[in-house]
Amino acid sequence: MMRRATGFGLATAILWAATACGGGGGDAASSTGLSGAVSVDGSSTVYPVTEAMAEEFQIMHPETRVTVGVSGTGGGFKRFCVGEIDISDASRPIKDSEREMCTSNNIAFTEVRVAWDGLSVVTNPSNDFFDCLTVDELKAIWEPGSQIDNWSQVRSGFPDKEIVLYGPGTDSGTFDYFTEAIVGEEDASRPDYTASEDDNVLVQGVEGDAGALGYFGYAYYEENADRLKLVAVDGGGGCVKPSVETIESGSYAPLSRPLYIYISDTGLEKPQVSAFVDFYLTDGTPLVREVGYIQLQPSQYEEELAKVQALRGTE
Amino acid sequence: MTGEAHAAVEFQLSTPPDLVRRRRMGRIFELACLVTAAAGVVVLAVLLVDVIVDGAGWLNRTFFTRPPSRIPTRAGILPALAGTIWLMSLVALISFPLGVAAAVYLEEYAEKGWLQTIIQTNIANLAGVPSIVYGILGLAVFVRWMGGLTGGRSVLSGALTISLLILPVLIIAAQEAIRAVPNSIRDASYGLGATKWQTVRHHVLPNALPGILTGTILALSRAIGETAPLIMIGALTFIAFTPEGPRDAFTVLPIQIFNWVSRPQDDFRHLAAAAIIVLLVLLLSMNALAIWLRNRYEKEW
Repeated sequence: MMRRATGFGLATAILWAATACGGGGGDAASSTGLSGAVSVDGSSTVYPVTEAMAEEFQIMHPETRVTVGVSGTGGGFKRFCVGEIDISDASRPIKDSEREMCTSNNIAFTEVRVAWDGLSVVTNPSNDFFDCLTVDELKAIWEPGSQIDNWSQVRSGFPDKEIVLYGPGTDSGTFDYFTEAIVGEEDASRPDYTASEDDNVLVQGVEGDAGALGYFGYAYYEENADRLKLVAVDGGGGCVKPSVETIESGSYAPLSRPLYIYISDTGLEKPQVSAFVDFYLTDGTPLVREVGYIQLQPSQYEEELAKVQALRGTE
Repeated sequence: MTGEAHAAVEFQLSTPPDLVRRRRMGRIFELACLVTAAAGVVVLAVLLVDVIVDGAGWLNRTFFTRPPSRIPTRAGILPALAGTIWLMSLVALISFPLGVAAAVYLEEYAEKGWLQTIIQTNIANLAGVPSIVYGILGLAVFVRWMGGLTGGRSVLSGALTISLLILPVLIIAAQEAIRAVPNSIRDASYGLGATKWQTVRHHVLPNALPGILTGTILALSRAIGETAPLIMIGALTFIAFTPEGPRDAFTVLPIQIFNWVSRPQDDFRHLAAAAIIVLLVLLLSMNALAIWLRNRYEKEW
């Protein structure tokens, strides 16, 4: 009899203890008049920027609740175009199919550029026989059906050394952009390379493999600059290495890519979403550099802000 | 005595010449087994040491009381930890009664027949379904279809999804615990005029409870590490507040860890290691509780 009582008591106690936790954790209240939710989802590449914006914005407006997901650019648009979220993070422009989905659900939106990323081509530091590759050479290496498996095939005079390729997986916006810019057709790539969705894995691969050639976002190069060799890219106007200056000025072409946020019109009608977008394009812009991306030029931010303001019909 | 000695001598005399070789083979096999057994433990130990070295220095007050941040030294796991605790509590509340009721039905009430076989087979099959499939189901049913009730991409939707995921495991564990209660107990109860419900309520369940609880906790500790189905149903990554109700948005520790690991800056990987330590401590305490329950209340029949 006693044992039964203890048994049930125990079960109840465990369940109760488990439910009693959680909750709490409210921020210090200094009301700024703004409250309510700002829901953002989308690209994992843009995520660090939006996270930083959300963090600072919520310190200024403690009663707002900004949430950021990482469903990927495509996943974000799926949610955006059914009206589930206010803002969609995107590492590439919206596709026609996605635009149609938005239209059919009566979701009108504005596209805003928020930062630059420079896709960086990197190789193992032991490869001192070249500093620069042309877009044509990169295309020859990466295009579908490419037979190049040795550096000597890339350019005459290159040594006889096996070439090993590293790049992001096919779901990634980085992959979409690189194939478009280099091969000339989105998603067209040779399939026989080491792919990973985690850029840190690519960094390790290139670092540990003497014949390696790979590409990923500039932030991952910057953090690992001492372990990788950055390759300049010649897009027709001479060899240019990605750097804060060359990416910002646009001279690192064609591998400088803009990062976007898409804001729905219904979202923009909410004062807290509107204020968040303002912050994103004005006071928040230094945060872009802080998390490893490159700011737009001030005039470009003004242009983007003007788009939003025109829609809002204010100022 | 002498007979035995004699037999031993005879045995020795008839020893085949390759005995040394065969004994050596035996030793080698034993050693191979030892290496295999040790491999898992060694790998685990290396991982643990690596994680602790990377992350232990980051476990401080800030880490437990702050939301994530772009600045690693300001970043914490409060929303993720609260989300995990919320999720696990709701999962326990939902799956425990359902699982136990299902097990009681299957063991005590269901007639042996085609229906019972179908249910039983399905439960066994469901236990092997990849967790992402439950995520897709959860997205369709709990987030989209029942969104008005669950609050959409809420901690409740997450809990319902994870409950479905662990129910098969829980039911099977509960069934085994119920089956371990000897029939003599049931017969004695019936013999005294108790109804089936009274027998189950007063004798079968209390006696099976330690086993059921152990199974439940082990199922929960599997659920605590789940990421894929929760990302599928839209658990968030950045969230600076803790859920205040079951219909609130949430995130959990594994998602936070996953996010930090993929960041370019090294310090985020240290944060990830620190969060892994917290997750491991949670997991190990749950398992320890399960073992303690088993040892404390286990009965020999």
